[in-house]
Amino acid sequence: MKIAVASGKGGTGKTTVATNLALSLEDAQFFDCDVEEPNANIFIQAKIKETEKVTIKIPVIDITKCNYCGKCSEFCAFNALAVVKSNVLIFPELCHSCGGCELICSKDAISWCERVIGKVEHGYANGIDFYHGLLNIGEMQAIPVIKALKKKINKKKTVIIDVPPGTSCPVIESISGSDYCILVTEPTPFGLYDLKLAVGVVKHLFMPFGVVINRDGIGDRRVESYCQKENISVLLKIPERKKIAHLYSNGIAIVNKSNEWRNMFAQVFDKIQDEVKR
Amino acid sequence: MKQLTVISGKGGTGKTSLTAAFASLTKNAVFADCDVDAADLHLILKPEIKKTMNFYGLKIASINKNVCTICMKCYEYCKYNAIDKDINIIKESCEGCGVCEYICPVDAIQMSDRVSGFSYISETRFGPMAHALLNTAEEASGKLVTMVRNNAKKLAKEKKKDLILIDGPPGIGCPVISSISGVDLVLIVTEPTLSAIHDLERILGVAHFFQVPAIVCINKYDINLDNTKKIEHYCKTNCVDIVGKLPYDNVVTEAMIHEKNVVEYSNGALSKTLIDTWDKIQRRLFA
Repeated sequence: MKIAVASGKGGTGKTTVATNLALSLEDAQFFDCDVEEPNANIFIQAKIKETEKVTIKIPVIDITKCNYCGKCSEFCAFNALAVVKSNVLIFPELCHSCGGCELICSKDAISWCERVIGKVEHGYANGIDFYHGLLNIGEMQAIPVIKALKKKINKKKTVIIDVPPGTSCPVIESISGSDYCILVTEPTPFGLYDLKLAVGVVKHLFMPFGVVINRDGIGDRRVESYCQKENISVLLKIPERKKIAHLYSNGIAIVNKSNEWRNMFAQVFDKIQDEVKR
Repeated sequence: MKQLTVISGKGGTGKTSLTAAFASLTKNAVFADCDVDAADLHLILKPEIKKTMNFYGLKIASINKNVCTICMKCYEYCKYNAIDKDINIIKESCEGCGVCEYICPVDAIQMSDRVSGFSYISETRFGPMAHALLNTAEEASGKLVTMVRNNAKKLAKEKKKDLILIDGPPGIGCPVISSISGVDLVLIVTEPTLSAIHDLERILGVAHFFQVPAIVCINKYDINLDNTKKIEHYCKTNCVDIVGKLPYDNVVTEAMIHEKNVVEYSNGALSKTLIDTWDKIQRRLFA
């Protein structure tokens, strides 16, 4: 079973929920798909054993063949090529590797080279088969790194996916293919507004989902009333406690300090399993 | 005209709450919410929308099944697996490159514009605002960020404003880069957690990469004083100024519930520190 942990709003506790859930299971596979700012390994502490580069293909122009007709730049939907008088400029970070420029070139002047944009790292800790991705500083496109990560999914295992914040492409890429999505929110107006956006996304993907309310007690009851009204199951409420916040700030997973919490997260997993079977 | 973007790397450190508070301290500014896929600034600034514009994101392929001969060429050439074996477009995967349209021997495929969201020009109690709404499951948020920024620039010119205050998105990728490129200064909001410190180092790297000057503000500095020291040490060794250390106070959430920013809502210690912080930022901006 594959469970994605998403939120819409950043900083609501996705990584807290994803890592604690994984640590309370035996033999889970973990994917930190927040490749822009991956934090899960602060809590899981897997020793990285393998590193794989993530590359994308970008065009290379053979200037001896090019006649500067400009068709490639005209075709490119991403403005990754510009043809000036006697040169072709390539903006590699804008290229989506669609292959259109090569197809359109009548002089056969375009070939491809690999460009490194990030990496995927793999390791083990506490029975968790851990993977995370890292987008290189200054790179625009998280999607290829997320795709490279998701290739490592072992369908026989319980898979936990830590999703980046937001509602756009990297989020969809991370969530899609999962059997269930946990949406983590906080009981504030920002939390509620972004939860509604995230609910829109999972409904769009026809995915079963439930909500975890983090920092319960800081705001108002509107998130709960919304869930009740929309018939969304609230899987867990994590209260606002100084101790929990302090453990988090020091990169310590709460299930490693409390069996009570370990049981609660294990129960969340059981609930999800029941819902997915139904 | 100056541009300041508030970013953080890690989400949820307080970008929007701080931006909203600073909004009431500015005298002659335009506000832009560039966190287009989970925009929250409007919940506090309560903009009155004056103008709505369609946002055309990526184009999308559509297939005329009456003409299609199922030759499978489009399926083979699509690099995004956005066409399935029965020659249906998978909307979420299509990046709008146009290769399928080009390769189709019978002209059965057409690329068309799709409305992926809306951008707005609005008025708030603190000044004009540019913001946007990205439709569910749409892409090209970087492009929408650029549209919001262009709207904000136009507003600033028209209304002779001397500052654009931009609320940025979390992360370090496409929408973040679109939000900070060419601005005069970025304010990085961090908190004393190991996660936020890790993310601060990466976002500072991005600011450096694009040669945008950066300053740091530590939110909730008192929830872990050891980590706050770590941030101070890190910033000092990297010659990054810390312009504010804000105490944790649930009054931020209380204010949010009342649809107000914290400076409007309370004149407690946090608000005083915020006023002082804004003063430092402003001096840095207009130095």
